[in-house]
Amino acid sequence: MITATQQLERYLESFSEFEKLAAGHDLPWLRKLRQNAFARFCEVGFPTTHDEDWRFTNVSAIAQTAFRLTCNRRVRPPQQELEPYRVAGVTGQLVFVNGHFARELSLLGRLPNGVKVSSLAGEISSNPGAIESHLGRYLDVRRDAFCALNTAFVEDGAYVHIPRGALVEEPICLLFVSTGDDAPSMSHPRNLIVAEENSQATIVEDYVSLDGGAVFCNTATELVASDHTVLSHYMIEGEHKQAFNISTLRIQQGRSANVVSHSVLLGGALVRNNVHPVLAGEGGECLINGLFIGNSYQHLDNYMLVEHASPRCGSRQFYNGILDGHAHGVFHGRIIVHKDAQKTDAKQTNRNLLLSDDAQIDTKPQLEIYADDVKCTHGATIGQIEGDALFYLRSRGIDEVSARKLLLFAFASECLDRMKQGPLRKHAEELINRSLFQMANSAPGASTENRREDTGRNWEEVG
Amino acid sequence: MSLLEIKNLHVKVDNHEILKGINLRVNAGEVHSIMGPNGSGKSTLAQALARRESYNVTSGEVSYNGKNLLAMKPEEAACEGIFMAFQYPVEIPGISNAYFLRSALNAIRKYRGLDEVDAMDFLPMFREKLKLLDMDEKLMNRSVNEGFSGGEKKRNEILQMAVLEPKLAILDETDSGLDIDALRIVAQGVEAMRNPERAILVVTHYQRLLNYIVPDFVHVLVDGRIVRSGGPELALELEEKGYGAMEAEARHATPV
Repeated sequence: MITATQQLERYLESFSEFEKLAAGHDLPWLRKLRQNAFARFCEVGFPTTHDEDWRFTNVSAIAQTAFRLTCNRRVRPPQQELEPYRVAGVTGQLVFVNGHFARELSLLGRLPNGVKVSSLAGEISSNPGAIESHLGRYLDVRRDAFCALNTAFVEDGAYVHIPRGALVEEPICLLFVSTGDDAPSMSHPRNLIVAEENSQATIVEDYVSLDGGAVFCNTATELVASDHTVLSHYMIEGEHKQAFNISTLRIQQGRSANVVSHSVLLGGALVRNNVHPVLAGEGGECLINGLFIGNSYQHLDNYMLVEHASPRCGSRQFYNGILDGHAHGVFHGRIIVHKDAQKTDAKQTNRNLLLSDDAQIDTKPQLEIYADDVKCTHGATIGQIEGDALFYLRSRGIDEVSARKLLLFAFASECLDRMKQGPLRKHAEELINRSLFQMANSAPGASTENRREDTGRNWEEVG
Repeated sequence: MSLLEIKNLHVKVDNHEILKGINLRVNAGEVHSIMGPNGSGKSTLAQALARRESYNVTSGEVSYNGKNLLAMKPEEAACEGIFMAFQYPVEIPGISNAYFLRSALNAIRKYRGLDEVDAMDFLPMFREKLKLLDMDEKLMNRSVNEGFSGGEKKRNEILQMAVLEPKLAILDETDSGLDIDALRIVAQGVEAMRNPERAILVVTHYQRLLNYIVPDFVHVLVDGRIVRSGGPELALELEEKGYGAMEAEARHATPV
């Protein structure tokens, strides 16, 4: 066991090295942004379960591991290894390997004139002014240590700029690949997505891993939804079952902006997905839709912070969870209605299926309302696969494994149905199907040759 | 050889003995009605034949089409041609009626070594059956039984039966809660399926359904045993006298 001081020393070492060479190291504003963020990280350290926002998620496994920034930035997996992760029906895809843009693996898509999809590191060098006016303006390093750490190590990720009035019909696909290393490695991808007034676009962030090994991906996305924009964002966590993934989506919504966030958590050992929209302009709408499917010892934490800061905004949170084995799910839905946000309409629903006696869900609504004319509702359910429904399907000739799969899929499809028809929904559906198929096969009643061995947790909960 | 032969069947549910020695023989082409008061074990018999696992068979034999039915799982029984129309059809949100029915049909076809039916060919295959049951095609795109009225649910059961074409159909109180118009439609659907290869077991509390589906045999079930068997006239007698007399008779006959 290492002490908190030793942990910080290690990060300090990484940071000093990084700071000297990182893209934009000569830009005073960026230097300051990184240093302030790192100072903040040193001040607070990793959260513990005494911290209300982290009550159900113990990150000591991350704190205790000696992660280093990937030494070799030039790691390039062969093209064909990425084939399974391409999105069918979409021509373009930006690929990031261990957090760094890999031009030679990326596919150029069809984009309307004026729309820019590129690497953040590249833009920092060639176009620092545009970056300065947004980067770090929305993501608050004081919120948590991971945001601070991400900002301290901010360098690469995707930069997306959608000009005023542009309509981007093809989804913008971002693929984040971790390749693993001999030693535990970490990456801190940072995405900046700026959609100007009255524009429309869809962005997907896919997280996958090619090899095993201890990897820690701490990602953050700032999404600027200017007035009257219509944006959809997808986050799909599909890394291997030893990966640590912490992600934050910070959405800044202007007047009458309509944003949809879909999160699909399937992979990873310890996953925390923060979705944090601020409805800053009047009449904004935000739908936060999520599905988490966990088995063996996966820990999947969904943390929502929805801030209503202007009048007449609506927010909807719908999260469905399916947990098997010893999996532990968390739904923490926090809604803050600020004093001036009259006529707020906020709703939150979390439904869960627990398939084994050892699976666990913690669901916690948290409403803080400072305005007096608002409508806020929340609800949570926890259930199992219904015996009646299972028998009904079987009595019509459908075998038990298929029947279970159908019922699980039906439950998951509540979440899929909130996604617009198109290639991304298909993409998500395929990934979800694959997860559920494995789960149905390993459920009671499945033949023993299909039953997967529970390999146990590769990390310890300490403290 | 009879299609279904039940010998001395004993069934426990939650450790209570509900069926206490049922004997019944049903041939292909026959319609039998099982009648009895509440709690007599009618539904238990239906569920046990559909192989519901929580219905624990403690002794007895059931041979169906020459095979041991009691060794079959529910899905095997279904694939072998047994169909039970549920008294309380289950709502399954998130699965469309059409998808469910096609999955069921294909599971059964696959079991029998037939080609699967694809989504395109599926609906046109049974438009006539929808019409016969006066069902709107739109119901096929809705989730299974979700938000269906009582009558729609029961008609949906008979539709499934019409599509899956069982050898042995068991109707578990399909008439309960149906108004007379829905009852006529459901009965008409069942009658249309009556043929020399198929046997139908109509489980009911009341005689009314039997005005429309006239059975060849009527059996009266009281306290887990068949206490009387006869022709359709037995149903009328029951309607007139009620179950009271037969229950008393059964109590009297029960060996101590």
